[in-house]
Amino acid sequence: MTKQSNSLSQGTTPPIFPVKTKIQVTVIFFVVIGVYLFSMFWTQQQMVGGFGNAIGNMVVVIEKFFPPNLSILPAIWDPMAQTIQMAIIATTVAAVLTVPLALLSAQNITTFKPLYYFTRTLLNILRTIPDLVLAVVFVGLFGIGLFPGIIALIIFSLGILAKLISETIEAVDMNPLEAMRASGGNILQVIFYGLVPQVLPQFTSFVLYVFEINIRASVVLGLVGAGGIGLVLDQQLGFYNYPNAMAIIVLIFVVVLVIEYISNKLREALI
Amino acid sequence: MATYSLPPKKEQSSFKKFKKIFILLAVIALYVWTFLGIDIDWTRAVERAASNFHRVIPKLFSPDWAAAGEVSQKILETIFIAFAGSFMAAILAIPLGFLAAKNMSRGKLLSAIGKWILSAIRAFPDIILAILFVVAVGPNAFAGVLAIAIGSTGMLGKLYSEVVESIDMQVVEAMEANGANKVQALFYGVLPQIIPEFLSYAIYRFEIDIRASSILGIVGAGGIGTMIIFAANNRNWNEMGMILLAIIIVVTIIDFISARIRRKIV
Repeated sequence: MTKQSNSLSQGTTPPIFPVKTKIQVTVIFFVVIGVYLFSMFWTQQQMVGGFGNAIGNMVVVIEKFFPPNLSILPAIWDPMAQTIQMAIIATTVAAVLTVPLALLSAQNITTFKPLYYFTRTLLNILRTIPDLVLAVVFVGLFGIGLFPGIIALIIFSLGILAKLISETIEAVDMNPLEAMRASGGNILQVIFYGLVPQVLPQFTSFVLYVFEINIRASVVLGLVGAGGIGLVLDQQLGFYNYPNAMAIIVLIFVVVLVIEYISNKLREALI
Repeated sequence: MATYSLPPKKEQSSFKKFKKIFILLAVIALYVWTFLGIDIDWTRAVERAASNFHRVIPKLFSPDWAAAGEVSQKILETIFIAFAGSFMAAILAIPLGFLAAKNMSRGKLLSAIGKWILSAIRAFPDIILAILFVVAVGPNAFAGVLAIAIGSTGMLGKLYSEVVESIDMQVVEAMEANGANKVQALFYGVLPQIIPEFLSYAIYRFEIDIRASSILGIVGAGGIGTMIIFAANNRNWNEMGMILLAIIIVVTIIDFISARIRRKIV
């Protein structure tokens, strides 16, 4: 205390942060900048003409995309509808399959530890694989079409959904459940009357959230042959028909925005 | 003997009942539309799966170690793409985040504009952005960097604006009352409150970007995705197994490290 008043009277304010923190932050800052510069160098090394050329080129190429050829909208509506249907089916199946998985990976329900760790690890591994990579593998397995796309979406959303819901289950109030068990409820009764009412609003909200993710994922699945609007986009890009491609991109943009808006409103109403 | 009965249920207004019925009907209609509209060639899918199963699945689990060198080089490129992209996004999102925050400007118009821009950016899937940038700057890793940078800005900007909206404004008011100007209030009142969470979100987005950048190569934007598409076209499932293994390992490690750092920061 006295020391501080001394330093104040001498007119020097004590530093807000200790010197050690300052050095640490500076070192981390320079490392981050260094890695960034190196990354920029590395990713640009195969580029022809360098950065300046690319910017000029970008304007020329973006102009090719405009104006989008909106007259093809009626023709591309069918694949777009298919894409949405894929997402709906995948989300529904995932929502059903996720129930046992989420229960198995919730620490307070699955008291048998090895089983809990097994499902947890499985879900963790599942979540590391990007959706399109799954789609590539399933297209190899089932051939080109909607089916591999749906399977890829199911597996992908299962990983996210099961994790989110198992965390919700872990956060529930266990007292009513214990009271039910103490008064003679069997495990199914406990789950139905104790757990389900506590989890249901969150569950619905997460399913809608995953549906949004699935919509975004499903519009691009076609790029690897897994059906939907992406397939048409891939073809149009292959023909260098950029106005048509831009029309598809605009449609995707609008559909994603609309569905996200509806889903957001529903989720707000739920919680 | 006492009779047990459940407590009476709450009376529901007819509007609520109507709303429930309406939602139920809408959902049923949606499902009818879906299941009538979708057509899956089940027999073909089952046939294909039956004939391909032994050709694909066992090979995925016996990775081709000879490809390990090339795979690790490409996965390094993937990490570079994600890093450069996330870094650009972390910077780009700051002004947009402040623009979209309700408590940083007097009128509602500016924050509405900011929110609108951010949700517009978020509506583009990363890979669609990658397609646009591949056409613009050519099929190389830098197109991937740009796609990741723009794609992440949408989400980071939104998260940033929520952070800014949640800060304690009393500190800022107290400073302004004591005669601090706007810049001083920003540096000493606002920034210390938001920097840890901004950093944490940027690192979190880097996790997501690692996953995102690993597929950009499918449309030619560099990284491990280039190898994925070649392996799939050549039906080289051993190599695909190696690639999957590499992705799983790298993503797991980066998730782990990033979770550690984020726990330390916030």
